[in-house]
This record gives sequence, C-alpha cells and structure tokens, in this order.
Amino acid sequence: MGVWIMAGVTFREAARKKILWTALLAGLAFLALFGTGVHFQVKDFNTLSIPPFVRYQAITGILQVGFYAVDLLAVVMTILTSVDTISGEISSGTIHAIATKPIGRWQVLIGKWVGFVGMVAAYLTVMFGGVIAVGYWIGGVISQNPIRGMLLIFLECILVLTVTFLFGTWCSTLTNGVLVLGLHGLAFIGGWIEQIGGFTHSQRLVTVGVVSSLIMPSESVWRRATFEMQSPITRSLPFGPFSNISAPSLAMIGYAGAYLLVALAIAIHHFAHRDL
Amino acid sequence: MAVRNLSLSVRAGEIFGFLGPNGAGKSTAIKMLLGLVKPSGGRAVVLGASSNDVSVRRKIGFLPEDFRFYEWLSAAELLNLHGRLCGMEAARLRERVPALLDMVGLTPHRDKHLREFSKGMLQRIGLAQALIHAPELIFLDEPTSGLDPMGRRLVRDVIRAQRERGATVFLNSHLLSEVEVTCDQVAFIKDGEVVATRDLRTHPDDEVRVVVRARKLSQEAIAGLTKWTTSSRLDDEGLSFVTRSPSDLPDILRHLIAAGADVYEFTPERLSLEDMFMTIMGEDRGL
Repeated sequence: MGVWIMAGVTFREAARKKILWTALLAGLAFLALFGTGVHFQVKDFNTLSIPPFVRYQAITGILQVGFYAVDLLAVVMTILTSVDTISGEISSGTIHAIATKPIGRWQVLIGKWVGFVGMVAAYLTVMFGGVIAVGYWIGGVISQNPIRGMLLIFLECILVLTVTFLFGTWCSTLTNGVLVLGLHGLAFIGGWIEQIGGFTHSQRLVTVGVVSSLIMPSESVWRRATFEMQSPITRSLPFGPFSNISAPSLAMIGYAGAYLLVALAIAIHHFAHRDL
Repeated sequence: MAVRNLSLSVRAGEIFGFLGPNGAGKSTAIKMLLGLVKPSGGRAVVLGASSNDVSVRRKIGFLPEDFRFYEWLSAAELLNLHGRLCGMEAARLRERVPALLDMVGLTPHRDKHLREFSKGMLQRIGLAQALIHAPELIFLDEPTSGLDPMGRRLVRDVIRAQRERGATVFLNSHLLSEVEVTCDQVAFIKDGEVVATRDLRTHPDDEVRVVVRARKLSQEAIAGLTKWTTSSRLDDEGLSFVTRSPSDLPDILRHLIAAGADVYEFTPERLSLEDMFMTIMGEDRGL
C-alpha cells in the first residue's frame, strides 16, 4: 500500500515539474516540425513520381531521426526530473516526515521509482506515438517492430532512471546529475567507437565500445531499438548515423535488464541502511 | 560519538523535555529512536521494540525540526497523505483531518498550498501531521521554533491536550521557558550522555540557590560548604551557592556562623530551569 501511495504522490510531483512540461512542449514542437517535414517530403515524392520502394526507405529513415529525437528528449527529461527526488529530499529534511511513518524505506524508494516509471511511460507514449502517427498518417509508412522499439527505448529510460536513483542515495543532487549524464555520455561515445571499429574492422575499438556498454548499457539499448525499427535495407548499410555494423545482441539487452535490477537492489539496500 | 549509553525512562502520559546545548546529541538521539540514524554500536529501543521495527511507528508521531514538505500540496492534502501513510482509512480521515486543522488553527487555510504558508503555519501543519493517527508517543523537535506568542500558546495547549488523552510527548526545545511551563520531567544531555534528570512537578528535592551577604567570610568557611553544595561563587555581590536540597539550609547557616561569619542576608531562591541548565552545563556552553 505504501508503495502505491508514494507512487501516486511522486507521479503528481513529477507532473508538476516545469522540466517535464518544457520537455513535452519541446517534444510537441518537434512533432509539429517533424510532421511538416514529412508532409513536404511526401509532396515532393508525389511531384517527382518516386517509386514506392524508395519512398518507403526514405521515410523510414526520416522516422529514425524522429525516434532519435524522442529518445534524447526522454532520457534528458528522465534524468532532470528525477535527479533530486532522493538526494534533494534527504538534504532538505523532507524525507524525515515520510521515513518515520509506518512504511519501510524500500517502499518509499520503490514508490518513488514507480511514480517516475509511470511518468516516463506517459511521456514516451505521447512522443513515440506522435512519431508513429506522423509516419503513418502523413508518410503512409509504419516502421519495423514499433512496439519492440518503444519498449526498448522505455527500458533505456528506466535504466537511466534507476542509475539516477542509485546515485541519489549516495550523492548530492548536483553530483548525481553530473555522474548520470557523464555515464550516459560515456555510453554514447562508446557506442560510436564500437560502430567505427565495426566499420574499420578494428576489433580493439569494438572491444572498447563493448566495455563502455558494460559500464553503462543505455546506448546499447537505444542502438538495439534502432536496429529493430529499421528497414532490412537500412540495416545492411555499411555506415550511417543509425546504422548498426555491430548491433547489440539480445544478450546485451538481457545484461541491461540485469544491470537495472542490480542497480535498483543496491539503491534500495543503501537507502534502507543509510542515515537520514 | 554523538550519543552513548543513552537510557531514558519516560512514563506513559507525561510530557518529557530533552535539554542540552547545541551539538549535545539531542536531535541525533531522537533520530536514533525513530530509526532515521543507525547507532554505530548497540541498538535503539523505543516502546519495547527496535527503532527499525516499522510496525512500532504506527504508535509514534514525529515533528521534525524545521518541518518541510511538498510545497505544492494543500494543508488538507498533506494531512490526508500522512494519514494514508499511517494506514488510516478514508472514512476516518474525513473526520480526523478537519478536526486537526481546527486544532492547529488552520481551518481557513485548508485548501491553501504549503508554498503560501509562513514558517509558523508550516510548524502548525507539521504538528498536525505528527498527530494525524493519534499516536501513543509523540516526538516534537523544536515545535515552537518560528512561532509567535499566540502560536506558542496554541502548541502548548495542543501538547497538553495530548497528555490529557494519555499520549506521551517527548519535547526537544531550546526555549527553556516553554519547557518549564509545559513539561512534567526533563533530562539534560551533554556530550551525548544524560547528565541529570529533574521532575518539574515535585519540588521538595529541587536544588536551591542561596545568596548570602556576610562579613568575615573565611576561605575555610567557603571551602567547608562543598559537602552541601554543587557550586559556589564569591564576588562583589556576595556569596552565592547552589545546594543539593533545601533541607540542608539550616546546617549551612549554622556552619557559616560557627566559622565566624557575620550573616546579614541568607536568601534561598528556587532555581529556574535556566539556572538548572547553566548549573548543569556550565555557563561557558551556549544554547
């Protein structure tokens, strides 16, 4: 019961944050721009009588850009809204009135986590659904495996959220934000190094990329999502912004899931045993 | 070490004051009893259960020092949330929330968001959340901090009302005058240890300060007072000392006269809580 009470109040708290609404407004502005772009592209295709096969490839490629923007917005919004939910309440003393109520500290942490998971799910549904809707109604195209792709992006956001919670039980808000953004940046760079290594057949570069993915697997999950949503032709392209020379395996997705669960378990354990 | 070997016996249904200078370990002790801070050794026990026992907290209310909460909640929403966290049913909350808002004088502000509250109003709503589930034991950490005289009186009345219904109140406050008129018993904590306790309802055994004006006060006469006194001071104003018991006063007077002093004034004064505090803590320790 305590979990659901905390989840409810956290969801309401998150929904009141300006950063969420800013991210949503930015997302809606992006969707409007994206829809306009796809609309004119389709119009040009009609004028130039481009064959359906090429149109399909081009629009699914544009959709990848849309998914990438949604992914970036969702990850940044997830970090910025949740970065102070644990550390901020500890430093302000707000947590004292909650942690002395007859509920376990694990319920407080899991409740907050569930609240943010709900917020991320709602945000992603709107934004991802927006890109899918633009692709379908304006471009006449549905990307490959949209549900699987969305679930993977959701997993990426929840992974980043959990790491933010984990550091929040140890560090101040500012340190937490720097650490999580730094780790996500490391994963992003590592992903590109792995791609370049795959293109240049450098096993050592690929290894560096894999190691960075093991340290923070968020970027791997995103690359698996793009791999799932790309058309088979695009998948086979040798190199490009959304190409996957070395697509993360399902084992890596399993690793990301296990990483999330372990991070959550450590966060619960540390929060339950630390002084408040 | 903030707190060591702390053992307090607080009788059910009394208001217990916890006093000490800054850094003495008062807040740490309360946090240990509430499970917010883990002891580095040993264990904290409250109401016969470990402080880590979640179920015992159903019987405990707590107002933290400098109460803060989600400022986007209204006063009524905050009380509902805390009531639900205490496992209260919606039907009971419908009766309890308006009653508590009335008790702390916030009924006209029930739908106002906490961000619009003054510090005093926050203290009042903080007090109400501590009482929402009618706990048996209530910890109040500086409950009158930031309150005007009317607010202080209200808090005092609320605390007494809790005693009337049989609850035990554990009060941590810097305002000794408030403690003096509110508490039944006090404990003094210094360097993490309880150094003295006093029952403020019964006076016969209380320490008494005596001011003496006399001539021919010899050093031997003053030195001979130590078997009856806890402290003494000789200055331009005369001799003053604190006795362990008022029953020693005749012996002390006889001792001074026998030592050859010409006594012009011998005035016993009841020690105020502040005097007790200064005597126990030493005057060089600030509050």
